Amino acid sequence: MLRFLARRALGAAVIILAISLITYLLFFVLPTDPAQLACGKNCSNTQLVAQIHHNMGLDLPVYQQYWDYIRGIFVGRSMPSGQSCPAPCFGFSFANDQPIWPLIQNRYPTTLSLAIGGSAAFLLIGVGLGMLSAWQQGKTFDRVASSVSLVGNSVQIYFIGPLAIALFADKLGWLPHGSDPTWSSDPIGSLTNMILPCLVMSVIFWSNYSRQTRSLMIEQLSEDHIRTARAKGMSSRYVFYRYALRGAAASIITIFGIDLGTVLGGAIITEATFGLHGLGMLAVNAVGSLDLPLEMAVMLISASSIVIVNVIVDACYAVIDPRVRLA
Amino acid sequence: MTTLTKPEAEPTPQESEHFLSVRDLYVQFATEDGVVKAVDGLSFDLDRGKTLGIVGESGSGKSVTNLAILGLHNPRNTTVAGEIVLGGQELTGASPRTLEKLRGKKMAMIFQDSLTALSPYYTVGRQIAEPYMKHNGASKKEAKNRAIEMLAKVGIPQPQTRVDDYPHQFSGGMRQRAMIAMALVCDPDLVIADEPTTALDVTVQAQILDLLKDLQQETGTAIILITHDLGVIANTADDVVVMYAGRAVERGTVRDILKTPEHPYAWGLLGSIPRLSADVDVPLAPIPGSPPSLLNPPPGCPFHTRCAFTDTVGGDRCRTARPQLPAGRGSACHLTQDQKRDIFIEQIQPRLR
Amino acid sequence: MSEQQTLDQQPSPQKVPTPRDEPGSPLLEVSGLQKYFPIRGGFPIKRHIGDVRAVDGVDFTVGAGEALGVVGESGCGKSTTGRLVTRLLEPTAGRITYRGQDITHANRKELAPIRSEIQMIFQDPYASLNPRQTVGSIITAPMEINDINPPGGREKRTRELLEIVGLNPEHYNRFPHEFSGGQRQRIGVARALALEPKLIVADEPVSALDVSIQAQVVNLLQKLQKELGIAFLFIAHDLAIVRHFSQRVAVMYLGKIVEVGARDDIYQRPRHPYTHALLSASPEADPDQRDSTQRIRLAGDVPSPINPPSGCRFRTRCWKAQDKCATEEPPLIQIEGNREGHLTACHFPQDPTLEAREQDVILDPALAALEETQAEGKTL
Repeated sequence: MLRFLARRALGAAVIILAISLITYLLFFVLPTDPAQLACGKNCSNTQLVAQIHHNMGLDLPVYQQYWDYIRGIFVGRSMPSGQSCPAPCFGFSFANDQPIWPLIQNRYPTTLSLAIGGSAAFLLIGVGLGMLSAWQQGKTFDRVASSVSLVGNSVQIYFIGPLAIALFADKLGWLPHGSDPTWSSDPIGSLTNMILPCLVMSVIFWSNYSRQTRSLMIEQLSEDHIRTARAKGMSSRYVFYRYALRGAAASIITIFGIDLGTVLGGAIITEATFGLHGLGMLAVNAVGSLDLPLEMAVMLISASSIVIVNVIVDACYAVIDPRVRLA
Repeated sequence: MTTLTKPEAEPTPQESEHFLSVRDLYVQFATEDGVVKAVDGLSFDLDRGKTLGIVGESGSGKSVTNLAILGLHNPRNTTVAGEIVLGGQELTGASPRTLEKLRGKKMAMIFQDSLTALSPYYTVGRQIAEPYMKHNGASKKEAKNRAIEMLAKVGIPQPQTRVDDYPHQFSGGMRQRAMIAMALVCDPDLVIADEPTTALDVTVQAQILDLLKDLQQETGTAIILITHDLGVIANTADDVVVMYAGRAVERGTVRDILKTPEHPYAWGLLGSIPRLSADVDVPLAPIPGSPPSLLNPPPGCPFHTRCAFTDTVGGDRCRTARPQLPAGRGSACHLTQDQKRDIFIEQIQPRLR
Repeated sequence: MSEQQTLDQQPSPQKVPTPRDEPGSPLLEVSGLQKYFPIRGGFPIKRHIGDVRAVDGVDFTVGAGEALGVVGESGCGKSTTGRLVTRLLEPTAGRITYRGQDITHANRKELAPIRSEIQMIFQDPYASLNPRQTVGSIITAPMEINDINPPGGREKRTRELLEIVGLNPEHYNRFPHEFSGGQRQRIGVARALALEPKLIVADEPVSALDVSIQAQVVNLLQKLQKELGIAFLFIAHDLAIVRHFSQRVAVMYLGKIVEVGARDDIYQRPRHPYTHALLSASPEADPDQRDSTQRIRLAGDVPSPINPPSGCRFRTRCWKAQDKCATEEPPLIQIEGNREGHLTACHFPQDPTLEAREQDVILDPALAALEETQAEGKTL
């Protein structure tokens, strides 16, 4: 088990390193000199550009630049320009010449809240519905739930988002519109503010989960070992939860890992719909202003999230399925 | 120490003549293509301490019958009619709760493929202990000790440590032993073994069959052994039912069926298997064609489409009238008793040696 | 077309021309054949840590028109042997000679003409046919690949083949799922026949089929062997079917042949304890034989081919094993008392008889314990 996890963690580290390298190379495949970008659109002062070029360390060998970049993330660095950048250092934004980490640090609570709240919602609702459907297979509940899932799968957040705001916030007044959480100063307000965005984001996911869970459970229930368990007198309920769900859980967790990783990298549409300021919007802005260091940092952080979540998923998988653990 | 010996081995008063009686059993599945008549009027009896072999090919209804005895069919698309009486208790009309209490306790099942039939997620010990805890109200510790005891009984080396292994850590033969241990953990009166050795190698099959026989001697359990292998039948069964297309076509003792079979299908089965002692230059005598669809079984005798003796019967009888299986020893065939005997002696028997 | 051949002309010009093809001359010779499947593992970097010794030094020959049966239990390497012979797998060591030509490591191009002469029939009639192809295209495919143009066209030949294997030629355009298991196996046989092979490797060709259907397919294969003079490497676990089909039989255990000989040598005068155990375990459909024959019940399962026992591989389950068996591997030779061509790899062979012995050999501890208590119960 330990060896299994150690191998996975090591693999993850290698992947993250590879991703960092690829993102870093982004700097050099662009047709324009990053210094030109950093200087601004209308910057025609070649001397200034050359100065920036030097300040960014672009005159150093590529491997040296990469090494400085990676080292900066862990121990901080001081730029050739003399600016100091404490760890974790992702460089300086082109847009406002600020260190990047505080920008991300600012945005991450929103993304994290949205990701955790939303994924908890879609996991609980989706898997719960799927299990009920499987239990009631072929009956009315199952059919209704299947239809609802199909609808849920085909709507888009930018459609139900405003609809939900209009209904639950404006008309009924049950929930606030949703805004960036400030957990330290106003935990309760943050919580209520996140409910609507999380629920709306979960809709497009949970319909998928309920359908997946339903078919996984039905598949599991037709397995031979389920019949064996029933043949030795175990009750249907026991067999359903102890045997079938355990089998289905392994697959559900795998899908969940991918989805959780994705939302941890920012949920652009949800953020835009609710006017939230998470990593997704940060990335959109970075792309819009060609802010390369910021793009790289967001990319690296979301990719790492996906990889790390996947290692955790692998660990869960190993806990669920002894065949993985003992292989 | 607990033993496998049953103190209540004597028949209880309310019990009928036989320990297990199946009368006119019908099992039908509703499918998209129509109703599958998987078991179509089946009757047989079984006594304590005896082994009934049910022989048939795939789709003959032999496995379906036994799932019906355990009440394991999905009630949503399955209709079970007829009478199943186990130790005086009627099972076809019994509530799901009653059946749940009987399963594993009074009647247990051994499945064919031990790799898929055991859950990969729980230890062998836990899977053996579960029914013991449920039916005997034993504590976790007691149940685990019982599991170890059972594993030792079926010949698993180092049962104290192997009890915590998962099924995939066992070899095929050991898994099948563990399955036997699981079936016998509550000292059931009836064990249904569905192709228990088909997935195993010959030498392991021999071990497992002997083990089953020896355990039966010790406990007096009744066994229903479902198989397609006449060799396994010859080795283990006392009585035999031959099934074809959901019906019992012949019934008798193991000697009756293998030495003086009456039904043309039984002749076909015997002619299809090569023997270690037979003349190798004589080609096998297979049954032509393939088994009928259970969605649209042929009218009359279900075997008439593959039978070489419909002309001997004469007229359209085989195609129109369904032959009945008499009670006791006999076969469901329109040939007269004399014809059956003569054809067997003149045409079939010479080919079998 | 000027190059068109008549029906009787068998080999197409591109096939290996060999003059000697009289029955009995070795068609296939295998010596020292080995196949190790590497196991990778370890931490942090996976590396080669061992081998599954699926086939570990196997010698045999198959004569033209002859059927050599290979029996053994799962993991004995019989299927791997079949795949090595057809070169679906690359041998680790040893030598495979087909009609005098070394094909052990022959490349694709060198193999092309031979591939058509050595065909394979697989166990699973469901998995071995492409469900999206019609029966016609499944059977014509090998002719297309090998660019064989039978007179009258490939379709005509395919219809003939369907007829030979007992299927309706009208079913040319049907798909595999429209056929039953036995019929699918016939399609597999027709496909193997499409190239007029000289050797067919049949890997458990009937074990997935129902009893009554098994006999149909066995009879069909036997007819092909006799009428078309095709040699067979017939791999199966069922001793009775192998006996029925094969003139000579090799018994395999853990990657090695432990005994080989003419059919009667193996089935009437076996010498190797394992052959005895197999025969004793093989159930006969005769209730009289329940108690009349010797009973040998081995203990446990076949050991792992990753770490096979030293010396004789059967010694861990053998009742006659002595120290010598652990240190010295018995060679596969014609031991004393064997007839010509009957080879046995055993230091302490059994008597060449199947007569019932006085006492059963019960090595299984659980069985022994149960039977002992029962015997005590009886004597009391």
